[in-house]
Amino acid sequence: MTARGRPVLAAVLSLLAGLLLWAAAAVAAPTFPSLTGRVVDDANILSPQTEAALTAKLEGLEAKTSRQLVIVTVPSLQGYEIEDYGYQLGRAWGIGEKGRDTGALMIVAPTERRVRIEVGYGLEGVLTDALSTVILQDRVLPRFRTGDFEGGVVGGADALIEQLSLPDDQAKARVAASAEPQRASNGSVPTVVLVLLGLWVLLGLFGTITGRPGHRMDLWMLPLLLLMMSGSGHGRGGRGGGFRGGGGSFGGGGASGGW
Amino acid sequence: MLFPVLLAGCGVNTIPTKQEKAKASWADVQSQYQRRADLVPNLVATVQGYAVQERTVLTQVTQARASATQVKVDASTVTDPAAFQRYQAAQNQLTGVLGRLLAISENYPDLKSNQNFLALQSQLEGTENRIAVARRDYNEAVRDYNTSLRTFPTIIWAKTAYSSATPMQLFQAAETSQAAPSVSFAPAPAANSAPAPRAPAQ
Repeated sequence: MTARGRPVLAAVLSLLAGLLLWAAAAVAAPTFPSLTGRVVDDANILSPQTEAALTAKLEGLEAKTSRQLVIVTVPSLQGYEIEDYGYQLGRAWGIGEKGRDTGALMIVAPTERRVRIEVGYGLEGVLTDALSTVILQDRVLPRFRTGDFEGGVVGGADALIEQLSLPDDQAKARVAASAEPQRASNGSVPTVVLVLLGLWVLLGLFGTITGRPGHRMDLWMLPLLLLMMSGSGHGRGGRGGGFRGGGGSFGGGGASGGW
Repeated sequence: MLFPVLLAGCGVNTIPTKQEKAKASWADVQSQYQRRADLVPNLVATVQGYAVQERTVLTQVTQARASATQVKVDASTVTDPAAFQRYQAAQNQLTGVLGRLLAISENYPDLKSNQNFLALQSQLEGTENRIAVARRDYNEAVRDYNTSLRTFPTIIWAKTAYSSATPMQLFQAAETSQAAPSVSFAPAPAANSAPAPRAPAQ
């Protein structure tokens, strides 16, 4: 091999190594149910009536406090610990306001006989680990042990809603803030628009470099700036039911229990 | 006007951005460990009230906490393998003895029904879980950063503008899971949600 060929080979190899690492990192996550509403009953332990009643209560909570609480039942944890599964689910759905991380999940896994209250970063002060444990031990697990899943889920949800809607100064400030219209740029920019913008930039750049006379030089910057602005406030969430996460994040706060 | 934009497009900002992200995750790991260390004195005091004869374990916990908080941490810790190893070993030591303390507390019904103890126990479990999450986020961020130091095109910047940027250390998952069995000789298993990663629940 010539001395000139070696850096090229090294570059190609390092690129491959990078791709491999990236792929390895992307593989290690469970697959999650889709966020179909505030109550995601994938394990089918709730009646439609209960589901509707819970959804209404959870909507009320968000309208009042801008905090998002989602009840989810899963048929399987796919071999993960519920703690491990829970925070990743919360992040994947982006429950809670972006930046404030005011979301919480109640996860029930009937197959593994595990239940968990997963608390977003921003609610860790309101919904502490100790309090989450108390709610699980007093309101949820006794009913689960007798096979009353609906009662346990409703009891836990009521206790959580009660705690999360307690009046404090922050709650009032949040109500004022949430009176504004919903965040506008939650959807992703369509690919066609991106391609067109890219073409615009490229053509503009080309024109700048070749220096054609009469060309408006700085116009190609415009889409770039627009993209940068629309990039902020970009949350991930499921679709359907008119409900989606606000882009909140989770750090493992909360408590778990088994029955 | 054109130059800085082109430069940014070439990824000159990639390495500092990823480095800052990794540093932020490291700060998070540290604060979670600190949070655990802050819980220990209260926990020891509570257990002492009910199980004073378990002096050995209580002393071990206090000592492990002291040595964990005494490990000096500065900016170079994350890039110095030896220092990072010391930090990790000290924290793992504390994880081990805390697990033993919780396992022993299963033998004292009065202690187990004490509200203060239950609160501390759930806080400790929550904190161990947060530590696990923070460590994983840190590893993720560091892997991303380290990869950018060794892969094209950012390697160009790593060799020129950021030649002082060195790879950061990763937490070894194996170390914790090797430390965990040392608790299992205790009479009863620790409370359900000890942070043993990846073992199927049942």
